[in-house]
Amino acid sequence: MEPTLKEEAELKKTPLNEAHRRLGGKMVDFGGWDMPVQYTAGVIEEHMRTRTAAGLFDVSHMGEIWVEGPDAIEFVNYITTNDVTALADGQAHYTAMPNKNGGVVDDLLVYRFGPEKLLLVVNAGTTDKDWEWIRGNAERGMRNAGSGEFVEPNIQLRNASPEFCQIAIQGPKAESILRTLTDIDLAAIKYYWFTTGKVDGVDAIVSRTGYTGEDGFEVYAAPEFAEQLWNKMLEAGGYGEPDGILPAGLAARNTLRLESAMALYGHELSDEISTLEANLGWITKMKKGDFIGRDVLAEQKEQGLERKLVGFEMVDRGIARDGFDVFVGDEKVGYVTSGSPAPYLKKNIGMAYLPPSFANIGQEIKIDVRGKLLTAKVVETPFYRRNK
Amino acid sequence: MANIPEDLRYTKDHEWVSVTGDTAAIGITDYAQSSLGDVVYIDLPRVGDTFGTHEAFGSVESVKAVSEIFTPVAGEVVEVNSALNDTPEKVNNDPYGEAWFVKIKMSNPGEADAMLSAEEYEEYLSANS
Repeated sequence: MEPTLKEEAELKKTPLNEAHRRLGGKMVDFGGWDMPVQYTAGVIEEHMRTRTAAGLFDVSHMGEIWVEGPDAIEFVNYITTNDVTALADGQAHYTAMPNKNGGVVDDLLVYRFGPEKLLLVVNAGTTDKDWEWIRGNAERGMRNAGSGEFVEPNIQLRNASPEFCQIAIQGPKAESILRTLTDIDLAAIKYYWFTTGKVDGVDAIVSRTGYTGEDGFEVYAAPEFAEQLWNKMLEAGGYGEPDGILPAGLAARNTLRLESAMALYGHELSDEISTLEANLGWITKMKKGDFIGRDVLAEQKEQGLERKLVGFEMVDRGIARDGFDVFVGDEKVGYVTSGSPAPYLKKNIGMAYLPPSFANIGQEIKIDVRGKLLTAKVVETPFYRRNK
Repeated sequence: MANIPEDLRYTKDHEWVSVTGDTAAIGITDYAQSSLGDVVYIDLPRVGDTFGTHEAFGSVESVKAVSEIFTPVAGEVVEVNSALNDTPEKVNNDPYGEAWFVKIKMSNPGEADAMLSAEEYEEYLSANS
């Protein structure tokens, strides 16, 4: 037992930091942010409650970047893999910012507010890196596929991360809870669409998005209203009742996204891993025109991938953890990107990079769990899919 | 504040020992289980295995983390709490009672006396947490 001591002095805090502490949040350093890894109920209960009722997550640490101007769509289309021209006003999508080598700078959401106004929502730990990357590319300009010349886009960029709190309310009861606090017609918001309006009298952006595999919403507002919205959602969700809402920490957020086989930057995605390798071909739109890294991705497509992200579940008793080596026979063939017990599925699951020849469903693999080679098998993802 | 029973001995690795004759029952402390969070898996040795002092004899895993457990005292494993395989949550719910991990026949029964008392462990915790 060697618990690490945490340094709290220089960590960044979200506007809900005090609220987390009052709720018994166990605070940890998460990429430089002082965040609750769990509350008093514990990760398993927080996970289960999100699947069966509702969980409330502080995701205010996420970064928000505005891109505005006549070339906003063209520019974001150039620096991301998904097709921004396919978005309508009020629609959002999941996408990635590739680098020139086919790796990924970050994965993110793009919200279209209007033909000249987009909001990028990026990961907390990469916000500064993303901001520099985006600014650098705006200065360098967009490559004209014909002439090869770089044209500076007519856009304004603004890192607005400190101007937002973000609260995710997730689970089958999310809509009915949030409905008690707003006049917004929530039922009319389709998956990956959003609207603006008042929540408990506060100006907010409400999107039907999330990172748990459940139905739910993400609510963006000015940070001074964070506690008000957080407390109102807990109250409206029956916090304290046996089947009421629970605040849920980073640990549950991770197990929920893993059961749903969603990528976590730094694990399934990195500067050295491409979207194609990460099973994100569906957000990699090769036909939309030129974008950063497109050449490398086209080559990967043509020549075939050297590795592929798969889901696995343990057959032997034991838990695979991030970074463990994967073997087939005596040969090391890959590594685990995320591994954990899956509280809802009651299995030990994970994701790993393997050569395509070993990536078929049913493939038996061995995982080196602290010196013991334990059996696992490749299974279909997502591991968990909610009933709609 | 973590629960620290008076009648047990402790290590700085957050294990406890309960001595009966020359046999020591070993578990992890309330502070340890609370730091780990929900325990989901325990890897234990076999009866007959022998360990020196401060050797890793097994591991305890929560949803988030894995920790090795060390032998505070040298000796031979005479009993293993295999019930924990199916009910690892006992480590969270009853760390000093039902959730003992192994019983070891001590090769040097005086060894436990050198371990931390409840008072010393409490001081250690408040200085280091």
